[in-house]
Amino acid sequence: MAIDKNTVEYTAHLARIELGQPELETLSKQLHDILDFIDKLKEADVEGVMPTSHILPVNNVLREDIVKPSLPVEEVLKNAPNRQGNFFAVPKIIE
Amino acid sequence: MELYTLTAHELLKKINKGEAKTSDIVTSLFDRIKEVNPKVNSYVRINEAEGASAYSGIPVSIKDNICTKGLNTECCSKILQGFKPPYEATVINKIHASGNCILKTKTNMDEFAFGSSTENSYFKPAHNPWNLEYVPGGSSGGSAAAVAADEAIWALGSDTGGSIRQPASFCGVVGLKPTYGRVSRYGLIAFASSLDQIGPITKDVEDSALLMNIISGHDPLDSTSLNIPVPDYTRSLVNDIKGIKIGIPKEYFIEGLDNEVKNTIDEALNKLRSLGAEVKPVSLPHTEYAVPVYYIVATAEASSNLARFDGVQYGFRAESKNLIEMYKKTRGEGFGEEAKRRIILGTFVLSHGYYDAYYLRALKVRTLIKNDFDKVFKDFDCLITPTSPTPAFKIGEKVNDPLKMYLSDICTISANLAGIPGLSIPCGFTKSGLPIGMQILGKPLGEEMLFQIAHTYEQNTEWHKLKPKI
Repeated sequence: MAIDKNTVEYTAHLARIELGQPELETLSKQLHDILDFIDKLKEADVEGVMPTSHILPVNNVLREDIVKPSLPVEEVLKNAPNRQGNFFAVPKIIE
Repeated sequence: MELYTLTAHELLKKINKGEAKTSDIVTSLFDRIKEVNPKVNSYVRINEAEGASAYSGIPVSIKDNICTKGLNTECCSKILQGFKPPYEATVINKIHASGNCILKTKTNMDEFAFGSSTENSYFKPAHNPWNLEYVPGGSSGGSAAAVAADEAIWALGSDTGGSIRQPASFCGVVGLKPTYGRVSRYGLIAFASSLDQIGPITKDVEDSALLMNIISGHDPLDSTSLNIPVPDYTRSLVNDIKGIKIGIPKEYFIEGLDNEVKNTIDEALNKLRSLGAEVKPVSLPHTEYAVPVYYIVATAEASSNLARFDGVQYGFRAESKNLIEMYKKTRGEGFGEEAKRRIILGTFVLSHGYYDAYYLRALKVRTLIKNDFDKVFKDFDCLITPTSPTPAFKIGEKVNDPLKMYLSDICTISANLAGIPGLSIPCGFTKSGLPIGMQILGKPLGEEMLFQIAHTYEQNTEWHKLKPKI
């Protein structure tokens, strides 16, 4: 599967990553080579094979809904790059 | 004899006899770190270790992606600069509960565990203690180099596609990736949640078993941790492998396998035969698909897991007047090259129009890879392969060729895809003096068998006693 520069740029936007022009060039070539290699999977016969997304036969892990103390607000906000009161502050979203 | 040269079990005996104190061990380690770390770079942010609080038992060195309360945990990435976790990872709580402690500085790694050489660290790359021009492997290269260089008594790493075993083999130490679910992942900063496992990197097999006794077990905070009793792994440390059936998967002995590695593994197998094991060839026919499956599954999961690093709640933020711009600049500047490559690849294979061709197909081939193992484990107790197709490579040799770097994980990746345990143990050296590792793969929850075989091999060889001159 070929991947062109436009697709890489669009995918980077979806992933919220800003790329410089030289970075975009290098990355497009590298991703093209990697996808070329990954295309080997097309040879595999997967007719009737179920997908494995998780290796354990464990599912629906439930627990009692018990109220426990959570982390103090100050602890949670300690790492914030920017805060206002008890909130994480970010640039304005609504114009 | 300096204390830092000893194993944890040797030090525990000394402590019990009153011949050593934990504070002496810690002082000895920090002296050693001061002496050799400028050359090896096993640890990052060492200056912050000063003013460390009370230590007890034997200090464990911790990889920079395992959360340690109040102690910087940055995954060796710019984007997590300054992050001090408000909570402990479960493995850290377990270490404290066992009467031991952690060393108050973290080990070097490839950023977010993306890599096989520790060259992708935001800090300086780590070096191989056996030859400083060579990589220590990765991504737990700092933990492996620290143990090999006697800068650590024992250490924890994490393994998503070989990140404990491959650096252990490059540095000549013992590394174990436990069965998926055996050790809680709570507090391990996630790379690929269906593959990640924390495990020990140690100077010998006995220490590996001791550390597994400490960190294993069910954790209500990790819904994928197994609620199955943990055996006492030290009971597997017997010197006997008579009648044990070892399979040698032919797909691991192919083109690209270094001759010295092949000959060394052959000699190790002869040794195991002479000790009474039955060694026979087997086939895992879907092995050739493991690397492509891995680089779809692992990057897809990583793209999702790393979405949380957006400059809002912690770490680095690139200021901007617009929120989307802030996300894009923060992530563009905060992530290194390999992280960006993997996130974008993962986003692509999950995106509309490509999902079925890549992601879903990879999950189906993953089933075939797992079935291969289920089948051979009906007749065999374990499998033995090289841990890596080559010994350590030179720093800079593969750094500009991501695909070549990905292929260096070819022997270790399948174990993560199938969830089975794998242990790497030193089994020889190249003529130029670089260590070579042998990988023992076991059935799900078959860690005891791995310890038994590795311990028996170790009791009958001298490799683990050799130390690098730094």
